[in-house]
Amino acid sequence: MDVANAFSAAFGLIIGFDPQFLGIVGLSLSVTLTAVIIAAVAGMPLGAWLALTRFPGRSALIVFVNGLMGLPPVVAGLLVFLVLSRSGPLGWLGWLFTPAAMVIAQTVLVLPIIVALTRSTIEDLWSEYREHLISLDQTGLRAVPTLLWDGRIALATGLLAGFGRASAEVGAVLIVGGNIASYTRTMTTSIALETSKGDLPLALGLGIVLIALTLAINAFTFAASRVGAQYAG
Amino acid sequence: MRGTSSILPLLVEGLVFEAGGRRLVDAPSFALPAGGVTAIVGPNGAGKSLLLRLCHGLLTQTSGQIRWGGDDGRIAGRKRHAMVFQRPVMLRRSARANIAHALAATRAPNASAMIEAALARFGLADLADRSARLLSGGEQQRLAIARAWALSPEVLFLDEPTSQLDPGATRQIEALIASLAKDGMTIVMATHDLGQARRLSQRVLFLNRGCLVEDAETSIFFTAPASPEARAFIAGELLW
Repeated sequence: MDVANAFSAAFGLIIGFDPQFLGIVGLSLSVTLTAVIIAAVAGMPLGAWLALTRFPGRSALIVFVNGLMGLPPVVAGLLVFLVLSRSGPLGWLGWLFTPAAMVIAQTVLVLPIIVALTRSTIEDLWSEYREHLISLDQTGLRAVPTLLWDGRIALATGLLAGFGRASAEVGAVLIVGGNIASYTRTMTTSIALETSKGDLPLALGLGIVLIALTLAINAFTFAASRVGAQYAG
Repeated sequence: MRGTSSILPLLVEGLVFEAGGRRLVDAPSFALPAGGVTAIVGPNGAGKSLLLRLCHGLLTQTSGQIRWGGDDGRIAGRKRHAMVFQRPVMLRRSARANIAHALAATRAPNASAMIEAALARFGLADLADRSARLLSGGEQQRLAIARAWALSPEVLFLDEPTSQLDPGATRQIEALIASLAKDGMTIVMATHDLGQARRLSQRVLFLNRGCLVEDAETSIFFTAPASPEARAFIAGELLW
């Protein structure tokens, strides 16, 4: 099959709403979205706490979290694999090679991005708002809702960045998901598999969807920064 | 004095604030009764802003006392003194939402009525839905004063409220301050603008190197300063 035929077959899959194709896209999106939501719920308070408290070792922790943003997805996958494998501490859950394992792996990848970005956003805002908020008796953790809300544009950008990282990675979900057909097969793992099998239309079709997703995320980020500029002055 | 219904008079006694081994506020003592505009003047680094921050509770003194009436400056749990900063802190929200936030944070009653009243009184009704951070310097300072006014404080601390503004905006803010004082609000303002102190205040606290050198009626301070420092400061007005 030549490349031109592969492209037209790929568009056929997309336009024809091929059920197998849609299943893969749907699984990918639900795994990544769940991971981003969990990471946001856990990461924003954690980042805010890190921004507003002072304790020995805080700087080292910040460096550590920032460093984790660059954690290779394959290594994250390996760590989650070890934890979830039968002899691992959470092996009794029986989650290895399930979508839940993929959610955990992607959460591990997204969490540092959200914690680090929340920390720096909240810390900057706090230094600017500090006196006004203390004047209003909003000290310590009582200031967090105000700071999170006023950092909403930067935080939304962080969520989109996290979503982008998680949806594009292949190593972690491959290791902990196992790439089982119509169960843990995502867009990225399918592309890797189908390409090596020579089924280019499916790989290309998924590739096109992934690229479209990336473009959409960037468009959102751009729009968010425009909206942010209206408020940030 | 109006018993427990007022946080005034404020009594400051031997207030000391040290940072980095240096004594920045050196034991001023004074009483602040209700009403009028008190100007805190003095050269840069005299401790004017620090004194306001200490009184407002943003900083904790090293020693000495700040004694408010009521329940330590509060009545029924609500702080009855407010502060406006040299560079107004504008939240990343609309002008209206900035006022609403302050009222919500302090659990003020009748918030929605107060918001509209504040916008109307300070000429901000047309700007209410604009992003606060995109307003001009004068509009931002007006909003900061409106936001503080909405909290219905007895005492309003102003830290160099016009130092970043052009003459037109300065005149506007001065008129607002005068009208607040006329309504009975007690105003304490730090300023390096002696003309402003002369125009607005009835009392001057002259600080130099953290010490309260002179505490006098404004007319007396400017016509017959008692201390050589104050004489030099007034004479050197043009140098600053």
